Amino acid sequence: MQRISMRYMKDHQSGRITAVRARGELGRRIREMGLVPGTAFSVKGRAPLKDPVALRIMGFTLTLRNNEADHIEVAVEG
Amino acid sequence: MSQTIALAGNPNSGKTTLFNALTGARQHVGNYPGVTVEKKSGRYKLSDQQFQLVDLPGTYSMTAYSLEEVIARDFIATEKPAVVIDIVDAASLERNLYLSLQIIEMGVPVCIALNMMDVAKTRGVRIDADRLSELLGVPVVPTVARSGKGKKELMKAAARVAGKTSPPAAPDISYGADIDQALSEMEPLIDAGGLLAAYYPARWVALKYLEADKQIVSAGDAANRQLSARLQHIAGRVEKHLNHTLDTYPEALIADQRFGYIKGIIRQGVIHLDNTENRLFLSDKIDRVLINRMAGPLIMAGVLLLLYHFTFALSEIPLIWLENGFSALRGLVDAHMAEGLFKSLLISGVIDGVGGVVGFMPIIMFMFLGITILEDSGYLVRVAFMLDRVFQWFGLHGSSVMPFIVSGGIAGGCAVPGVMATRTLKSPKERLATLLTVPFMNCGAKLPVFALLIAAFFAYNKAWMMFVITLISWGGALLIAKLLRITIIRGAPTPFIMELPPYRMPTLRGVLIHTWERSWQYLRKAGTIILAISILLWAMMTFPHLPADTVRGFETTRQQIVAEAAPAVVREITPPRAGQELSAAASRLKTRLAAINAEKAQAALKHSIAGRIGVSLENISHLAGFDWRTNIALVGGFAAKEVIVSTLGTAYSMGAVEAQQSAGLSRQLADSPSWRPLTAFSLIIFVMFYSPCFVSVVCIAREAGSWKWGAFTMVFNTVLAFILAVAVYQGGRLLGF
Repeated sequence: MQRISMRYMKDHQSGRITAVRARGELGRRIREMGLVPGTAFSVKGRAPLKDPVALRIMGFTLTLRNNEADHIEVAVEG
Repeated sequence: MSQTIALAGNPNSGKTTLFNALTGARQHVGNYPGVTVEKKSGRYKLSDQQFQLVDLPGTYSMTAYSLEEVIARDFIATEKPAVVIDIVDAASLERNLYLSLQIIEMGVPVCIALNMMDVAKTRGVRIDADRLSELLGVPVVPTVARSGKGKKELMKAAARVAGKTSPPAAPDISYGADIDQALSEMEPLIDAGGLLAAYYPARWVALKYLEADKQIVSAGDAANRQLSARLQHIAGRVEKHLNHTLDTYPEALIADQRFGYIKGIIRQGVIHLDNTENRLFLSDKIDRVLINRMAGPLIMAGVLLLLYHFTFALSEIPLIWLENGFSALRGLVDAHMAEGLFKSLLISGVIDGVGGVVGFMPIIMFMFLGITILEDSGYLVRVAFMLDRVFQWFGLHGSSVMPFIVSGGIAGGCAVPGVMATRTLKSPKERLATLLTVPFMNCGAKLPVFALLIAAFFAYNKAWMMFVITLISWGGALLIAKLLRITIIRGAPTPFIMELPPYRMPTLRGVLIHTWERSWQYLRKAGTIILAISILLWAMMTFPHLPADTVRGFETTRQQIVAEAAPAVVREITPPRAGQELSAAASRLKTRLAAINAEKAQAALKHSIAGRIGVSLENISHLAGFDWRTNIALVGGFAAKEVIVSTLGTAYSMGAVEAQQSAGLSRQLADSPSWRPLTAFSLIIFVMFYSPCFVSVVCIAREAGSWKWGAFTMVFNTVLAFILAVAVYQGGRLLGF
């Protein structure tokens, strides 16, 4: 297990959220969509210009921009 | 008296579909007081009981940071519905329950509709509704909103909840030792002070103080400043402590704990997964193609082009009917009324005004039909996903793409449905910036102006010129959006944290209801104002009349010409008949008489208020190369850009020129000494950027929620367009063009 920022995850890689460092509105928006510590997800893919990123999480698909993913720390295999 | 039932739930949970299934066409669409968010209500009858159903805005949470959330929360707290039906998407239960818990915590009677059970089932998710009901302490009814399955059971359960008199027991969620301790300290204080007791339970108010919820804290301040200060002090203490020990803050911890509680519930035998760990859902398979890095953009371009052609080709047909109808009406009035001011007002002010308003209807209806299908199917949000990166550079949002394209991003659109299409944008700042920049696109009404000028001065390379014009308008619009976002609409970008909902076949009912609502709203709200402005512009181009002796002068010349002609020739053209073969002498006479009429029209136009404005503006407009004739045409273009070509025709004493048949005017401009290619290019730039037509202005004001922004686009765009046109003209002259 290693901890990285969500931005650096590869397509189709799985991970588990360990921390959300965003505060204010961004933090609120991230959390209300279920991106809280302990949640497992996988990277579904990225838009044609590599930003935003699409995640598969708790049975639905969620998108966020790379600079928003920077605030989320993830534990991944290997 | 009927009881009120509020429908709450996440966006894409099938809330609106359920609302439509319950109320059918018996809906009323209005606005929440003072805001542009729609309020839909309808009636539902269960045996002999009447219910008033209100569709609250879709939200993911119940904080006070988005307009939708504030509206939903305020409605529940102040209107006190007999029961809140919370629609929960069974396929993503965890996330949906986050909102459910918050509604339950508000201490209102709740009934959960466990929707899309069919989708969940195909995904191998089985949910034990009874177990969930037992754990949450509220009724849970499985439904399939699309087919209406379970809606009767749901309403029965809701009616039972509404009939109960005892207040529902609030769930006992633990938020961890620090928060729990603070809550137990704050709750008795709030209870004793009766703080906001009319609206919220004490524990909920305490939670909001810990979350530093601005709305509740300021309401608390207003109700009891001393108590509020004390509560804020406790909240501040907890915040400092959490920051120090756990590097977090109360609001984040409360959210985390809420999800922890949900996970706890789900683990207690609520969900059974049928070994679907790595199964790809149908939606994901479609996404592999539709948002593929290579194929995605190509398919998107194809879909958008198709939508465009579909809209404009189909709306052409009823548009022609309408135009024929209005011109028949115009002919009827023309034939049966005596010449005079009232007739002119009726024809040029009222009939043309109403015709202008109604003329937009087909395009609005078909455009919204197309957009609603794309939106309801789930594709539109994927377009936003693919293009967000580009729009983000300019301070906009991926969802801005649709309004831009509809407005004429592919030349020939219309800013009116474009402006109305900004409603799909949920982020206020990006939405406003989009609203204010879509009129720079080349709508169908600007095209005849461009065609006229291109034919006159750039005929050697029409297609290339049109391409350059399209590029300039896109570049200009995006750069101005950027400019607005770093000046008057400054602010951090709205997060792109969005759900890509599964693809779904849109329901016919949903699409039709949505399309009708939009079109009706346009007609009702914009129509009346537009008619008034149309009459005002008519007056500006009509008054004051030419002095009597000038009119007599034209009449004398006219009579002289007739007197000089042979009587047989005069008989040949009185009364005038269409499609008649004329002798050479008669057709010469007819041309001369038409020339006199055109000259009189030119003189009348120059004499009118609009004409005087045009003449007086020549002093500054010559900097951009425009003479008074062009100025009048541009003043007229404020009514509708189509008017530019016809007014220019009148100003060049050629009579009113039909936009589609401007070859004669085009030759006239090409031969005129005051025109050269540089003048034409300067005018193209000006027409592209100056004030939108007043129909668009009215729509912008309505969508932005304030006339301030309507006035802003008129002034800002015109000043900007003038600066650009002057830069082009003067720069071009220096370079020797």
